[in-house]
Amino acid sequence: MFSGYRPIDCDLHPMVPGMKALTPYMDAFWADQVVERGITTLDSQSWPVASPKTIRADWRGPDGRGAESVAQLQSQVLDRFGVETAILNPLYGVQLVLNQDMAVAFTRALNDWTRAEWLDRDDRLRASIVLPMQSVEAAVEEIERLAPDRRFVQVLALALGENPLGKRQYWPVYEACVRHGLPLGIHAGSAYRHPQTSVGWTSWYLEEYAANQQGFQSCLASLLTEGALVKFPELKVVLLESGVTWLPAFLWRLQKTWKGVRFEIPWVDRLPAEIIRDQVRLTAQPLDAPAEAVQRILDHLRSDRMLLWASDWPHWQFDGDAALPPGLPEALLPKLLRDNALATYGRIREGVPA
Amino acid sequence: MSDVLERTATQDAKLRIIDSDIHPSLRSDADLHPFLSERWRRHIAEYGKLGRAPYANRIAYPRLAPNTARRDAWPPGGGPPGSDLALMRAQLLDLFDIEIGILEPLMPSNLVRNLELSVALCSAINDWQLAAFTTQESRLRASILVPFEDPKASVAEIEKRVRDRSFAQIQLTSRSTEPIGRQRYWPIFEAAAHYGLPIGMHIGGEAGHAPTAAGWPSYYIEDHHGLIHSMQCQATSMVLEGVFERFPTLKVIMIEGGFAWLPSLAWRLDAHWRKLRSEVPQLREPPSAYMKRNLWVSTQPMEEPEKPEDLRRILSWIGWDRVLYASDYPHWDFDDPRYAFPCRLSEAERRAIFRGNAEAVYRLA
Repeated sequence: MFSGYRPIDCDLHPMVPGMKALTPYMDAFWADQVVERGITTLDSQSWPVASPKTIRADWRGPDGRGAESVAQLQSQVLDRFGVETAILNPLYGVQLVLNQDMAVAFTRALNDWTRAEWLDRDDRLRASIVLPMQSVEAAVEEIERLAPDRRFVQVLALALGENPLGKRQYWPVYEACVRHGLPLGIHAGSAYRHPQTSVGWTSWYLEEYAANQQGFQSCLASLLTEGALVKFPELKVVLLESGVTWLPAFLWRLQKTWKGVRFEIPWVDRLPAEIIRDQVRLTAQPLDAPAEAVQRILDHLRSDRMLLWASDWPHWQFDGDAALPPGLPEALLPKLLRDNALATYGRIREGVPA
Repeated sequence: MSDVLERTATQDAKLRIIDSDIHPSLRSDADLHPFLSERWRRHIAEYGKLGRAPYANRIAYPRLAPNTARRDAWPPGGGPPGSDLALMRAQLLDLFDIEIGILEPLMPSNLVRNLELSVALCSAINDWQLAAFTTQESRLRASILVPFEDPKASVAEIEKRVRDRSFAQIQLTSRSTEPIGRQRYWPIFEAAAHYGLPIGMHIGGEAGHAPTAAGWPSYYIEDHHGLIHSMQCQATSMVLEGVFERFPTLKVIMIEGGFAWLPSLAWRLDAHWRKLRSEVPQLREPPSAYMKRNLWVSTQPMEEPEKPEDLRRILSWIGWDRVLYASDYPHWDFDDPRYAFPCRLSEAERRAIFRGNAEAVYRLA
C-alpha cells in the first residue's frame, strides 16, 4: 500500500465516549458540576454519532460507537496502513460550550485525556491542542501549558467558530503558535454561534456538512485580509477535512477582487494566491472530485506542497483500503504522504533523521 | 494577438447582445410615490424602510465607490448612476448594440422587515420599471420583484404581472431569512414553473444572518466574497430540499454570483450525498444532475484563473449553453463585452453566451 511509503496521517478523530471519561481530568468543582447538572455528553451536532458519515460502518463497535480506543486505531489505521506518525484532532464539543469557565475546564480535560489515554499508549501518535477559543487569554494559556510536551504538534480551532479567525483579537494565539512552532489547524465543524450558512440554518445534515466549504473559505479570507498571514509569515495554517477542490475558484475570485479593492487592505502586499500557497495546507481526505477531475484540480492549485494525506478516521470518506483518493498521480505521493507533512509540522520533523 | 484585434465593436454588433444584468436606480424616493399609497408614503417618510442591517440608509459594508458605481456613470443632469435612461443608452445599449437588457432593480424592498411594506415596495418598483424604463425603451425588460418572505403575496404579485410581456423573469436575491429551497417558499417556484417564467436570483441582500458561518467579517472584500457563498448555499438548498424534483421545469439563473465554484460544489454534494442519501430520499438523482438541468449562471464578475484557459475547462463542465453574458452596468466592476472573457471563445460559444442562451431561458417574446 502507498507504494512502500510510511505515511504521516494528518487527521484522525478519537471520540470521547462521554463526559464520565473526562471527569478524572477535571478539578473537584467541575467534576461535581458534570455530575450534578447531568452533563452526560457533549457530542457535537456537527458529527451525529449514528450518521453514516461520522463513523464508517465497519469501524463501529457493537454499541454503534467507534474510535474510542487505541486498539481500534491501531488495527483500523496505524497498523493496517503502515502509518509512521498520526495526528489526533479531537472534535468533542468543548469548543461549543457557552460558559467560558466551563469551556476552559472541559477543554483542558479533553487535552489531558488525549495525552493520557492516547499519546501515552502509542509512540506513533501526536495530537493537536484543542483551543478554548471562547477566551483568547485562555487559549494562549492552554498553548503555554501544553507546548512543552513535543507530542502536541498543532493547535485546533473550528472553521465555523464565534468570529472570523483572522480578527485581531485572535492574534495573540497566532503569536503563541509561532513562538512554539505549532501550525494552526482549522477543522470542519461549527460552534453554533451563527447559522451554518449566510441564508440561515440548514434543514439537512448533508447541507450542513457541505456548508463547511464556505466556512473554510471565510476563514481563509479573514486570515488573509486582516493581515494575520502577512503579520506571521512563519505561521502555517492547516485546513482539515475541507474537501480541497473549492480552493482554486476561491483564489481566482479573491485575487481578482483584491486587484480591484486592495486599497482597503494595504497590508496585503503580495498576491493572495502566493501568500496562501506559502502558508496554507490542506488534508486530502475528503478530496471532493471524481477521479478524472483530480489532475485538473492539482493543475489549478499550481503547487505540490499544499496537500497532506489523512485517513480522517473514523469518518467515512472511503471504503476498504482505498485511503488514497483516486486520481492522484504517483509522482505526488512522496510529498503527499510524508514530505509535505514534515515541512509543515516542525515538531514531527524533529523526530525524523534528516 | 490576433484574437484581441478581432474583438472589435463591429463584430460584437453582429452578436446582438442580450445583457442579463442592468441595474436601474431611482432618481429619488419620489419616483416611487405615484405607485405607493398615502399610508406607505407617510410611513416611509417617518420611519424609512427598516431592514435587517445596522444602518438606516446604507448597507453594512461601505463599497469602494459611491453607489458601487463606475465613476463615469453619474448622469451630468443629476441623479444616481442607473437613473438616467439617456446615459444608459449612450454608455451601454447603443455603444455595445445591446438588443435586449434585463433590469435587475436592487433597492430596499424584498428584505424590508415590515412584510406589508415589502409587498407595497416590490409592487411599486415593478410599476416604476415599466413607467421609467420599459415603456420608454423597447430594448429593456423588467423583472418581477417579489416580497419573497411572504410567498402568498409573491404569487399575487406574479399573477398581477405575468400577462405583461415586459417582464422577463421573477427576481429573488441570494440572501433570504431561510434557505430558499425550504417548502415555505415553494409557492413562488410553483408559480414560476406554472407560468414558464425563470427565476433570476441576483447576488446580494441583507437577510440578518452573519455573512459567514463564523460571524461578521471586517472588510468589504470579505463581504464581496461571502456574497457568492449565499448563492452556493441557495443552490444547495434548492437541490437538497427537492425543489427541482418537484418542479422539474424550473429555471434558476444565478446572476452575479460567479460560476467557477459550481463544479467543485457539485462534486462535493455528489460525493457526500452518496454516503448520506438516506437523509434525503426526495432526491432520485445525484445533486449534480439537478444542477446541470435547472441552473444557469451569468458571467459577471467572472473568476480569473491564473491560466486563462482554465476558465474553458470550468465552462465546459458547466455547459456552454448555461452561461449568460451580464454587464452589471453601472457598477464599478462592469464587464465590457469586448474584453470580459480572458480566454478564447469559438464563434458558436460567443453566440451562445452573448445571446442564444439568454434567448432560450428568459421570456423575451
